[in-house]
Amino acid sequence: MGGLDLTFVSWDIISKFVLGGFMFSIKLTIIATIGGILFGTILALMRLSGNKALTVIATVYVNGMRSVPLVMVILWFFLLVPLITGRPVGAELSATITFIAFEAAYFSEIMRAGIQSIPRGQVHAGQALGMTYSQNMRLVVLPQAFRNMLPVLLTQTIILFQDTSLVYAIGAYDLLKGFVTAGKIYGRPEEAYLMAAVLYFVVCFGLSALVKRLQNKIAIIR
Amino acid sequence: MAWDWQVFLNDDGSGGRTYLQWMMDAWGWTVSVAASAWVVAMVVGALVGTMRTLTDNPWLVRLANVWVELFRNIPLLVQIFLWYFVVPKIFPVMQGIPSFVLVVFALGFFTSARIAEQVRAGIQSLPKGQRYAGMAMGFTTLQTYRYVLLPMAFRIILPPLTSESMNLLKNSSVAFAVSIAELTMFAMQAQEETSRGIEIYIAVTGLYAISAFAVNRIMSFIEKRVQIPGYVVAGGAGGGH
Repeated sequence: MGGLDLTFVSWDIISKFVLGGFMFSIKLTIIATIGGILFGTILALMRLSGNKALTVIATVYVNGMRSVPLVMVILWFFLLVPLITGRPVGAELSATITFIAFEAAYFSEIMRAGIQSIPRGQVHAGQALGMTYSQNMRLVVLPQAFRNMLPVLLTQTIILFQDTSLVYAIGAYDLLKGFVTAGKIYGRPEEAYLMAAVLYFVVCFGLSALVKRLQNKIAIIR
Repeated sequence: MAWDWQVFLNDDGSGGRTYLQWMMDAWGWTVSVAASAWVVAMVVGALVGTMRTLTDNPWLVRLANVWVELFRNIPLLVQIFLWYFVVPKIFPVMQGIPSFVLVVFALGFFTSARIAEQVRAGIQSLPKGQRYAGMAMGFTTLQTYRYVLLPMAFRIILPPLTSESMNLLKNSSVAFAVSIAELTMFAMQAQEETSRGIEIYIAVTGLYAISAFAVNRIMSFIEKRVQIPGYVVAGGAGGGH
């Protein structure tokens, strides 16, 4: 045993190297969650719409995204986005677009399960009240689906937070990169990796404990 | 922009090997990493998942819970770095171990936490009578698990195990970070060398999709082979990626 010296970590180093990366990881997680849920809901509605063309497009998109490793998707967007926009974009912006597009596929599967978990009678009740399709979705189905799906959505967000570390592949400056950089400069890479692991663990473990408590609280009693 | 698929026939500069051959070698590495890690994940996952249901022994349950929480709440990439850099530093005996082995264990243990969760759920979903039946036959705990509970539990959790296996294959891409010569590593290097990123990425993405599909078919073949006639299994949902 031995050889590790954790004393090199100081508040100075944390605030200089790690904090900015941590903020980016959190920002990326939040933006990708909101964007992913938004696009994911649209994809789920497309798949359940009954319109053949819409269903096929959404299914191909979702299954395509889900059969490719996230790292490859990150590399793809890093290559393609500058070609499409015609000018170079930073790794951070590219990563944000990638995560929204990628997570939308996973969120759409969660949303689809959520929408399908609402009893048909609810939809019929809405129709009987004379609601249009969009009113029925907006006022009756989606609020209940969101509530049922909230714990799963939050768990997916925790996974998403862990996945943000993969922006390492394109060199974006996130939490992990912050620790790696500090470790390199101070010649203590091993300790830096260990600290990164501890921080990720604390955040993810804490959040999943919160999700568990929430799950017990908001379950709809039937 | 015009296609240039001939890039795959170019020499990759390492002497007599084309990019196509390099890609096939890389595919081999991806499959080897994933297959070896799958074995580790299944064995450890089954063990830890079983431990979580041995409620007579709270310490075993606690140990197994710690295992699951530890490997589930740290990103895979960070875990690979831990195995590659930190563990050999703490235990100097491990310094000579090739990075392939370290990545296999990193990926295997990471996935084992998810599989343990499924195995636990599978065992707990069985009616209590199954366990009692084993006890009534005079089986020891080990025998009850070996002959009664685990064979049923594994059949029930085959659908989520399928998606975990596909996740494992996709997650093997993270091995690029410690320079395993697998598909993602090939994609990054060949893209840089040839500047034919789109052709290279299309080919690599296609190979990943084919591999994931093959895993899916193999698992559903197993599912059909081990199916108990007349017993309908409800599919569980597997999350994550």
